[in-house]
Amino acid sequence: MSRLGIGPLKLYGLLFIVYLYGPVLLMSVFSFNDNIFAVFPLKAFTLKHYQAAFANQSLINALWNSVRVAVIVSTVSTFMGLLAAMATTRYRLPFQGPVVGTIMLPLVVPSIIFGVGILVVLRKVLDVELSLATVAAGHVMLCVPFSMLVLVSRLEGFDRSLEEASADLGERPLMTFWRVTLPLAIPGIVSSFLMCFTVSFDEFVLAFFLSGTEQTLPIFLYSQLRFPQKLPSMLALGSTILLASTIIVVTAELMRKRGIQPGTPSGI
Amino acid sequence: MSQGSLASGMEAQRSRKASFRIMQDRPWLAGYALLSPTMLLMLVLLVAPIVALIAMSFWTQNGFQIDTSPTANNYWRLVAPSATPTIWNGIPFPFENAVYAIALFKSILISLVTTLFVILIAYPMAYFLAFAVGRNKTIWLILITIPFWTSYLLRVFAWKIMLGFNGVINSGLVSLGIIDQPLTFLLYNPAAVVITLVHAWVAFAILPIYVSLEKIDRSLLEAATDLGDRPWQVFRRVTLPLSAPGTIAASLLVFIPTVGDYVTPTLVGGAGGTMVGNLIQTLFGRQNDQPLGAALSIVMMIVVTLIVCLFLWSTGYGRMRAREASS
Repeated sequence: MSRLGIGPLKLYGLLFIVYLYGPVLLMSVFSFNDNIFAVFPLKAFTLKHYQAAFANQSLINALWNSVRVAVIVSTVSTFMGLLAAMATTRYRLPFQGPVVGTIMLPLVVPSIIFGVGILVVLRKVLDVELSLATVAAGHVMLCVPFSMLVLVSRLEGFDRSLEEASADLGERPLMTFWRVTLPLAIPGIVSSFLMCFTVSFDEFVLAFFLSGTEQTLPIFLYSQLRFPQKLPSMLALGSTILLASTIIVVTAELMRKRGIQPGTPSGI
Repeated sequence: MSQGSLASGMEAQRSRKASFRIMQDRPWLAGYALLSPTMLLMLVLLVAPIVALIAMSFWTQNGFQIDTSPTANNYWRLVAPSATPTIWNGIPFPFENAVYAIALFKSILISLVTTLFVILIAYPMAYFLAFAVGRNKTIWLILITIPFWTSYLLRVFAWKIMLGFNGVINSGLVSLGIIDQPLTFLLYNPAAVVITLVHAWVAFAILPIYVSLEKIDRSLLEAATDLGDRPWQVFRRVTLPLSAPGTIAASLLVFIPTVGDYVTPTLVGGAGGTMVGNLIQTLFGRQNDQPLGAALSIVMMIVVTLIVCLFLWSTGYGRMRAREASS
């Protein structure tokens, strides 16, 4: 029955991919066009927008800030996500549903709610100055659920009897974790790290509310959108960010899918 | 090895065994021990902010000071009735500060329309992935997942460039000779917000629908065909109802976050496309009335929760999930 539908469905699938990628690909096309507006017809190929963008010192500073925040966020989130995934896949916890549901809230609740909420806690309750550290704190809250989802599926994906065998052969739980669980979970850990890196690196709304004087890259980009003459540089910057994120995400996805079937310990 | 160190070693092992036994009797304690750092973190960064917002919504802003004596005044300001209703697109809003009610109503309307289009576009794609893709499934799945993870800000920015007065669509149509003058109705209105939101969220909706389509027992489809159903009837009477849980989940995954979206209305909405997220930001920023902003945030969450509950109840989602769990 489905065989009859392959023709039009496949056409739909291809059109969908064109629709999904079209606008961002056009953005990249115009970043190489020798014109200060993003308009047709195309004039000539040029790299000068890229040169102009990366000659800007505030861009380099913002890029460095974003990388620092993203590295810390992805390390902390992946560690927290791993502990949480171990807890929920290896133990039957009372009230597991509500607890995990709460941890997953950032996936659906609009970021602006957490943006203003964390702002109130930081400024009115804890009296902390806004800085890159407060941005990182907000991003960890956002990234832990992503990390946990990736790692839960990884920990559920491999053969539990490997851990049981290790325990039966006399390994203590910590050593079983160190010598069996962790090596098997490595692809998931790397994948989680990369995913959290991209989420933090690209995040705008929380950073908008929680950053102080130091800008992250999306905040810098947003602040430049007000100036029409900056448009070409921002097209170049945006295209570079999209390319980098795409490479990271594809790597993460391939890692995550590696050896996920039970009994194929190719992840070791 | 000396006798003493051996004895103390055995002692240590015994006490470790004792603590291990407590864990074995109540294994969930060990589980919660593992979960505790994450729970502590979420308590500070997720639960406390929401509690703080609720508390603040009952306070009052006095210039740069906050008066913490509890009052429901902020909520009253949001719903205070007025004898002369403010008319918005022919709909009367009988409130004194109607701007908040209008923004909330408009946000919900924009999100509902967005969700509808997202499902209409995502469902065939999920169907294609579940039933028509044999080989290369990983590639297709990665292709639809990439936008999910890449910069939301940049995807919205791309639409600003597409729809602008001096933008891609206008210049393209002009240079093709289809129009002489750029179209002004493309950018800075609610339609631009919907177009951008649909594109930004459509990838999120595919996976839940795809998963529920994948789970369908193929023999049910064969049975329906054998019993004389045409392909369209099989789809309407078997596939569609069985994929409803995933479709409902996808709708919520799009509807809930888009109501409070801030980036899209700011970049492509203009004055006409302002949503409730913009008002919350202004109250916390330029207008400097944080308690009112907190109250507006809480009201938004309550209204969204009520709509979601109504939707789940009217579609019988709970019964669907129960049936899934029992089968």
